[in-house]
Amino acid sequence: MMQPAPRLPDSERSAQADQLRDAWAAPTGWRYWTSVNNTQVGLWYAGSAFFFMLFAGVLALMVRVQLAVPGNDFLSADLFNQAFTLHGTVMMFLFAVPIFEAVAIFLLPSMLGARELPFPRLGAFGFWSFLLGGIFVCGSIFFDAAPSSGWFMYPPLATDKEFSGIGADIWLLGLSFIEVASIAAAVEIIVGIMKCRAPGMRINLMPLFAWYLLIVAGMILFAFPPLIAGDLLFEMQRMFDWPFFDPSRGGDPLLWQHLFWIFGHPEVYIIFLPSIALMAMIVPTFAQRPIVGYSWIVLAAVGTGFLSFGLWVHHMFTTGLPQISLAFFSAASEAVAIPTGVQIFVFIATMLAGRVIFSTPMLFGTGGLAIFVIGGLTGVMVALAPFDWQAHDTYFIVAHLHYVLIGGMLFPVVAGIYYYYPLINGRKLSDGLGRLAFWLMFVGFNVAFFPMHLTGLRGMPRRVFTYPDELGLNLLNLVSTVGAFVFAAGVLVVVVDVLRPKHRQPVGKRNPWNAGTLEWINEPQHNWGVRSIPQITSRYPLWQQPELAEQVNDGRWYLADAPHGRREGIVTSVLDARPIQVLRVAGPALITIAAAASLGGAFVAMTFHWWVVTALCAAVSFGAILYWLWTGTGEIPEQATRRAGPDLDLPLYASGPASVGWWAMFITMIGDGTAFGSLVFGYFFYWTIHSDFTAGAAGPGATWPMISVTLFACSWLLTVAARQLNARARVGSMRLALGIAAPLTVLAAVAGFWGPWQAGMEPTRHVYPAIVWILVAWTLVHAALGIVMQLWCLVASLAGRLTPAHDQDMHNVALYWHFMMVTALTAFAVVGLFPMAVT
Amino acid sequence: MLAPFALCGCSGVQSALDPAGDESAIVANLFWVMVIGGAFIWIGVIGTLLFAISRRERPVSDAGAGRLILWGGAVFPSVTLLFLLAFALWLMPGLRPFATPADASMTVEVTGKQFWWQVAYRLPDGSRVAAANEVRLPVGKRVEFALESDDVIHSFWIPALGGKMDMIPGRRNRLSLLATKAGTFRAPCAEYCGTSHALMAFSAVAMEPSDFDAWLAAQAEPAAGVSGEGREAFLRNGCGACHRVDGTEANATIGPDLSHVGSRKTIGAGILPNTEAAIASFIANPGAIKPDAKMPAFGALPAAEIDAMAAWLKGLE
Repeated sequence: MMQPAPRLPDSERSAQADQLRDAWAAPTGWRYWTSVNNTQVGLWYAGSAFFFMLFAGVLALMVRVQLAVPGNDFLSADLFNQAFTLHGTVMMFLFAVPIFEAVAIFLLPSMLGARELPFPRLGAFGFWSFLLGGIFVCGSIFFDAAPSSGWFMYPPLATDKEFSGIGADIWLLGLSFIEVASIAAAVEIIVGIMKCRAPGMRINLMPLFAWYLLIVAGMILFAFPPLIAGDLLFEMQRMFDWPFFDPSRGGDPLLWQHLFWIFGHPEVYIIFLPSIALMAMIVPTFAQRPIVGYSWIVLAAVGTGFLSFGLWVHHMFTTGLPQISLAFFSAASEAVAIPTGVQIFVFIATMLAGRVIFSTPMLFGTGGLAIFVIGGLTGVMVALAPFDWQAHDTYFIVAHLHYVLIGGMLFPVVAGIYYYYPLINGRKLSDGLGRLAFWLMFVGFNVAFFPMHLTGLRGMPRRVFTYPDELGLNLLNLVSTVGAFVFAAGVLVVVVDVLRPKHRQPVGKRNPWNAGTLEWINEPQHNWGVRSIPQITSRYPLWQQPELAEQVNDGRWYLADAPHGRREGIVTSVLDARPIQVLRVAGPALITIAAAASLGGAFVAMTFHWWVVTALCAAVSFGAILYWLWTGTGEIPEQATRRAGPDLDLPLYASGPASVGWWAMFITMIGDGTAFGSLVFGYFFYWTIHSDFTAGAAGPGATWPMISVTLFACSWLLTVAARQLNARARVGSMRLALGIAAPLTVLAAVAGFWGPWQAGMEPTRHVYPAIVWILVAWTLVHAALGIVMQLWCLVASLAGRLTPAHDQDMHNVALYWHFMMVTALTAFAVVGLFPMAVT
Repeated sequence: MLAPFALCGCSGVQSALDPAGDESAIVANLFWVMVIGGAFIWIGVIGTLLFAISRRERPVSDAGAGRLILWGGAVFPSVTLLFLLAFALWLMPGLRPFATPADASMTVEVTGKQFWWQVAYRLPDGSRVAAANEVRLPVGKRVEFALESDDVIHSFWIPALGGKMDMIPGRRNRLSLLATKAGTFRAPCAEYCGTSHALMAFSAVAMEPSDFDAWLAAQAEPAAGVSGEGREAFLRNGCGACHRVDGTEANATIGPDLSHVGSRKTIGAGILPNTEAAIASFIANPGAIKPDAKMPAFGALPAAEIDAMAAWLKGLE
């Protein structure tokens, strides 16, 4: 359908609108909180992230008060250490990453011309997990139990139970829980961007925001899993004394540093790129022209994403690594400045080639750039190993990272708030308050952080709760403290501007900035996103397709109605956005909250070593998720196709790569595989640092691991065969195959377990048995999930919800099993064969 | 914004910008060159940005804008960074050369502990001179450090002489430093190591070589005041269970070596002046001065006894 449908009579149009309104209406009363729609979840997400940011900001002010004068006793050493640890942790994990997930959930559907992201319940589940985990982590400081080992938790300090107490467990488990939410959001965002764009929005017509978010979500998929793997090793050491980081038993504290920074450096770009993405939306609007160098900026963003994974060692320049590795990572760290430069110059070039209307969002944007460029320049300095030897772990670094993060992230985010606020309720924020906030923040920030460069080089290490009088640091620190309060006043003005009642303010016109991208077609008073889903032919549809807004609002494009009262959107092909399916997404649900709360309960109980409660909560969570999947996914529609436009009928059901569920499984398993890969990295890391890494201990041998792999392979082949048999309508054979595969998986798992068990491998004795057990345990847990999935398909087939024509679940389970097979093969080849290969 | 910089100047005993060593001088120069270069780049970029914003008439053509991205965003940073990187990499091998075993003279072994420093001078003849919380080195001679840790990660950093090197349990890191000026410098622990990380520092004293040799020879012998009053109280109260004092039966290495504690610049690992009163207050309640310090409080002893021990320790020069 390349032409819009004719305009219907008013009565029919309003009937359609009523259908849509009913289908998409947000629940009212207390049930409001059961909403899963991206508009509500996005706002809750952003609101919570901002709340955590203010909390962490107050901690920072306490830190600054303590450091205002030398020898101060405003905070005790211990409370100070909790405060700075929590400040860093909360800002990174509970504000910087989640705020981008929040903005993405809120904005992406309308930018892509979609009504909703593909997995609204997953998004809501992620939000509730984040909120509960965040409250748990933040709340700890009120019980004097907050983590106090610094936000990167270096062992052995953080593995020392006497020093770090329960705080370290709160950090590890609370944040693991939140990382689950981040990965859930990444899956949602990637599938949303790839599969839920408006028809015709080819990948090279996507708004830049979508490009950046796609890159960032991909980075999350590869960056967070190493941290999750590290958390697992860490918690095994803390809870069960497996010596992963204990050098007296073959462990090494540096493995944590590698895993942490393989996550930690990309994390910086995971935070920074979405803010640049906001700038990439704001700058063209105020330059009143399309961006100059669309492909330049996309390539630069991709390049930044790739390079960011090759820089982590620059956080470890002083750990005594060989100079040749320092040189390599110095070079890579400098190289990342080039794509960053390209992105900044794309903005400058766009402004030069247009006529800039100066506004509050632009004020924050350019102010942020001015700050960020300083952070970039000091970044170039500290990327040089010799200079970093001096600057490392001093206030110079504190200054550098705040210039990068506040200039590169916070200022653009505030610019985004001022820019996008009209999308929330049709009203603009105050220009006057905006300008006041900007100048307070800009001046306060520089007064607070610029002197820190000097404070650091004059010898002040970071993370000190006090400093002696005679070092000449007094005035610098006092100035920084004053600046911090001015900055905080600016943030407070933003908060006031956002929260002040605006019902007296008239609703402004739609698209108040005269922007060119699709999100401005949105009517904030309706939950449905767009009245009809448009056909896109350009990058700035509101500028380049002048009739579009009216056509969309007249319901002349796709899915202008909701005859079955269901929430529906269009799934399109990955590259050229051909419409291929009408996707029905879930409405309000309590089950997502129940699943998140019980999973959170399991993590919290584990922190306190309440094993029975942990098991109960985990079981409830598992049951809740199964219930959710059984009732909310793979639904067989009452009719095969649905009229999506005048001459377009689309299927209501898809399976395999055409379905969004298959992609979600694929993407999740990529992340899962990365975590597993990190554990395998750990195995080989121990091998490289020890001349005899088995320390004379017996290994699992080759026999049992190979038996296990063989059994896994049989189970895998049967699962794949079951999919084929089902597709050929040989349902009986399919059920038989699954019925044999599940017990085979049990046998495979037992054989895998038996190898290290019969060899008497004792994981607390040395790191070699510990790392073998971790690889085996990882495989066994995945095998357990594999069994559940095989049985799920069997039961679904018997229950008639899995049929030859409706085989989504079977496809997804077969896909899981491909990854399962790779995991089992890798794990058992490594633990079974590798020791023989090297001895 | 620059006012505090002018007011503070750049001198300080803990400052990397007031170099008294080979590496620190080169790095300080590198820093200032980068600051000046960076300032020009910042002014250039922000100037262009402001020009782009304020210009109302005649927008630049798309081709012109594209050229700006190419030259300003890609070519200029690539070329600048290439030169900067080449220079820094060329510097690196020369900054921290390590002695070959053949010409190894003296190695200073420093072990980080919560929250103090164990120091030993390993001499070419194999003998070992123990000390704590103070490192002395001869001016003009390259000194090699062997850095270890017993508990958590610490970092060894004498800003006036050179960059830092971490002390990691299970590893032995090496660092070489060359002092070019005599003086006393302060060296804080540079890796967060627990509650009292802020209270862990040592003094680094660069001495003329002849003074250094004389000092080291004196350190190898018991202090002159070792038989003085207070020794009895020190031994009676079990101090020897953790500390060593050369010339007495106190010979433990759990706590700092106190053989010549009276001659050190500071006590408590760089946090108190070396006076009898300060020593007495530390003995009475170390945890009040340094939270989570491992040493137990001896405040229950009679004040006279604590004072006697403090006076004796102060006399161990």
